[in-house]
Amino acid sequence: MTSPKLEVQHVNVKLFIEGTEEALEPLVPVFHRWIQEKPLEELLLDVADYRHVFNGPGVVLIGHQANYSLDNTEGNLGVLYNRKTPLDGTNQDRLKQAARAALNAYQKLTAEPKLTGKIRFTGTKIHLLINDRFLAPNVPETRAAFDPELKEFCAKLFAGTEYTASYENDPRCRFGVTLQTAQPISPENLLANLAQ
Amino acid sequence: MKASNHLSAEKLAGKIPEALGREIDIFDTEVALRKTGKIDERVFAETRLRRGAYGQRYDNGQRSDGAKVQEMKYPSGDLTKGPMTMWDAPGMQRIKIPGGGLTVEMIETVADLAEEYSDGIAHVTTRQDFQLHYVHIEDTPTIMRRLAAVGITTREACGNSVRNITACPYAGVCCDEVFDVTPYSQAMFRFLLGHPDVQNFGRKFKPAFSGCSQNACALTNIHDIGFIAATRTENGKEKRGFVTFVGGGLGAVPYNAKLLDEFVPVEEILPVTQAVSRVFARLGEKRNRSRARIKFLVQDLGIEKFRELVAEERKTLPYDPRWTELIKDAEKFHEAPLNPGGKMENSDLPEFKRWWRTNLRPQKQEGYTVATVTLPLGDITATQLRVLADVVRRYTKGTVRSTVEQNFVIRWVSLKDLPNLYRDLAAVGLGDPGAGAIVDIVTCPGTDTCKLGISSSRGLAAELHKRLTEKRYEFDQPVENLHIKISGCFNSCGQHHVCDLGFYGVSRKMGGFAVPHFQVVLGGEWENNGGTYGMPIVAIPSKRIPEVVTRLTEKYVANRQNGETFKEFAKRSGKAQLKSWLEDLARPAAPGDRSLFSDWGDPREYTLGDMGTGECAGEVISATEFELTAAERELFEAQLALDNGHFDQAGKTAYKSMVNGAKALVKLVNPNIPNDPERIISEFKTYYYDTQKFWDPFAGGKFAHYLFDAHQKANGSYTADATRYLIDEAQLFIDAAHSCYNQLGKAVTV
Repeated sequence: MTSPKLEVQHVNVKLFIEGTEEALEPLVPVFHRWIQEKPLEELLLDVADYRHVFNGPGVVLIGHQANYSLDNTEGNLGVLYNRKTPLDGTNQDRLKQAARAALNAYQKLTAEPKLTGKIRFTGTKIHLLINDRFLAPNVPETRAAFDPELKEFCAKLFAGTEYTASYENDPRCRFGVTLQTAQPISPENLLANLAQ
Repeated sequence: MKASNHLSAEKLAGKIPEALGREIDIFDTEVALRKTGKIDERVFAETRLRRGAYGQRYDNGQRSDGAKVQEMKYPSGDLTKGPMTMWDAPGMQRIKIPGGGLTVEMIETVADLAEEYSDGIAHVTTRQDFQLHYVHIEDTPTIMRRLAAVGITTREACGNSVRNITACPYAGVCCDEVFDVTPYSQAMFRFLLGHPDVQNFGRKFKPAFSGCSQNACALTNIHDIGFIAATRTENGKEKRGFVTFVGGGLGAVPYNAKLLDEFVPVEEILPVTQAVSRVFARLGEKRNRSRARIKFLVQDLGIEKFRELVAEERKTLPYDPRWTELIKDAEKFHEAPLNPGGKMENSDLPEFKRWWRTNLRPQKQEGYTVATVTLPLGDITATQLRVLADVVRRYTKGTVRSTVEQNFVIRWVSLKDLPNLYRDLAAVGLGDPGAGAIVDIVTCPGTDTCKLGISSSRGLAAELHKRLTEKRYEFDQPVENLHIKISGCFNSCGQHHVCDLGFYGVSRKMGGFAVPHFQVVLGGEWENNGGTYGMPIVAIPSKRIPEVVTRLTEKYVANRQNGETFKEFAKRSGKAQLKSWLEDLARPAAPGDRSLFSDWGDPREYTLGDMGTGECAGEVISATEFELTAAERELFEAQLALDNGHFDQAGKTAYKSMVNGAKALVKLVNPNIPNDPERIISEFKTYYYDTQKFWDPFAGGKFAHYLFDAHQKANGSYTADATRYLIDEAQLFIDAAHSCYNQLGKAVTV
């Protein structure tokens, strides 16, 4: 049951990966080339390099509709899709769109020769957040409203695989939840689940 | 742009001061009107700029991807937010922080905004501001509301207005200060914000407050108006006031501030500044942007005449009770510690000891200290900001100040809390040592995001930071204490004139390709409020600047005499010697070596396309390049003559170098141009100025005007000051000639 009070927009999806900060090294030229070749559906604008910052956003491919990055926030390396412009459709549509975009980006990154062997999706851990404190303040009410959305989305994404959901507790942080599955699921299977 | 923007006014109702809320509502309406084409783009541009909403690189909708120029097809199509500035293109939001003073609520709000509207990073500037990049214009009213709810305004953060009022971040706790300048800087901020007498300037106006004359913390010498705390005894009572300076400024040609008044009593600083503002608004240049800062007015009138005009203006000012009310109100300001003062506990942690050695500054109140949080390239993440807020809540009464070195200082830290404070900061990467040392590099945004950037100042800073950090425990003390500052262009936002090793971005052509370079500027002074400016030595390809740093530091260590500072060492060595140590690095790379054709942190080829290599064109290109180099050599000789006190010879040689630089370009059109300055200037004007080929995209015809002015004054005599300015202008003119020549090459091939 969807709460009419919660509009899920600006969804961020981060796929946690195994790897070290060394994976950030080849990214700047890779992202510049992506701007040249336009392999993604968003309008890609620029590359922001924050490798000098401790546990920061890493290297960010700035787009108009969304940013892509190999993000290292809090020392957790992951492929992050950050939706910036609002999307039409249902909350489920927006969650699925963001998850698909993150998975596609991961697959494209792993296909890059200079990143071969440097990043590997854990297959078990995904972070979701809503990057808009006015729409989704990190309070129990938002959690209550979001919970049914999350269950519906996870049922689709994980196709019955057991998972746990840990919500972000610090009320100053954005509303977010870390999903951990009991068994690894490959990106291909996750994409296939979303397509069904 | 955020789906929730329409909610911000309602969500923050009651939290925003009424007047400020009304202003932001008006701006919100203006955004909506511009979106429907009901406000002219120029008017809207000035409107947003006065609220700190800037344009950003590539916002004209075009970007070189290294192989070709890409058109960015934004959803809003041709809609603009200013001339040649696409509506949807990301922009920068500058956030004014008067005196760098921040509360924990402010810090947490900036963290939230960085996450939600930018890319997760807040950038601290060289004027104690914050900047958020990649911001959509439609998000800016919401950002402004959220800032207003915690007491921050972005009003007049840009535009031809009074910019952030900076102040010494150690004010109130500094052992060297005459008195705490915080209240006076805050009173000035409140008085000038939106004041009718500061709305009609031809250019921006930057004030600064310092508690002492000898340190660097406020850099009053480089400001439009600078106040240095002073006291005098009158009728047996100590009276507070300020030594007041006007007309300082960096920019393309740096000017030292001139003494306006040896002592302005505190109750007079607001009316005197108002009088200065009125004189500037009335007599300052309005049409020619490049000569519109107050430094030019002071220079043209002479400080005596300017002083006279200000005194006359002061007499005619209608009385304003706020002159004293604001001061009295501000003087109630009082800071106190959270925890009792204590003694330093011993710690065996080597990391802590290293941090302690460089990042602590004694506080005049016994038992307390000031801790510096160093930020690489002035960048801090949202997570780090929140932890910083927690730390200052835990150990102080919840305040922190930003610095002009792009760091933060935490004041009122009890000595006994230091080990824990360090532990908490270090846990999130905020405990790096090296504050104010060679690794603590200051840089402007440069080509990363700035529309004016020529070379990648941040890319270079990141590279130098990485290399120097690896070696930081090996440096000799004199090297460790050097300051490096980098600007992406001649406009000096990175303050490259006031440091030991300064660099500013220029472009040069090598083997038919544009190559990013940095002009090396040596021996400037950071201390004494930015007391003296460095000497431009030679332009070196960007990729070779780390070698420049290595060589110069090695030479300094090897040849330093009697404990001399780098400034003294550079002066004693002289420009010719300094250049001789570096000039081999200015040479082109070996054939086939393309390593110089891209910049640090940016793999794209620096040029827009390959140059034509036809033999005929090649010969002409070679001749031009040769002649521009010759002009640069003449300019170097002018600098040497100046150093030797031969002002007239220096002035004439600098002028000649400009004429020859112009001639080099004219010859591309008229190979038979005679060696007659009158003809050269006339044809240069016809072929390059009138056609706007010698046009900087943002400075317009500024550099051509340097030539025309020099030509007009060519038969006069040259004073020391005039010659120094002329030499700086000649350097910029020749840099612009190189740039124009690069552009001509591009036009041929595109």
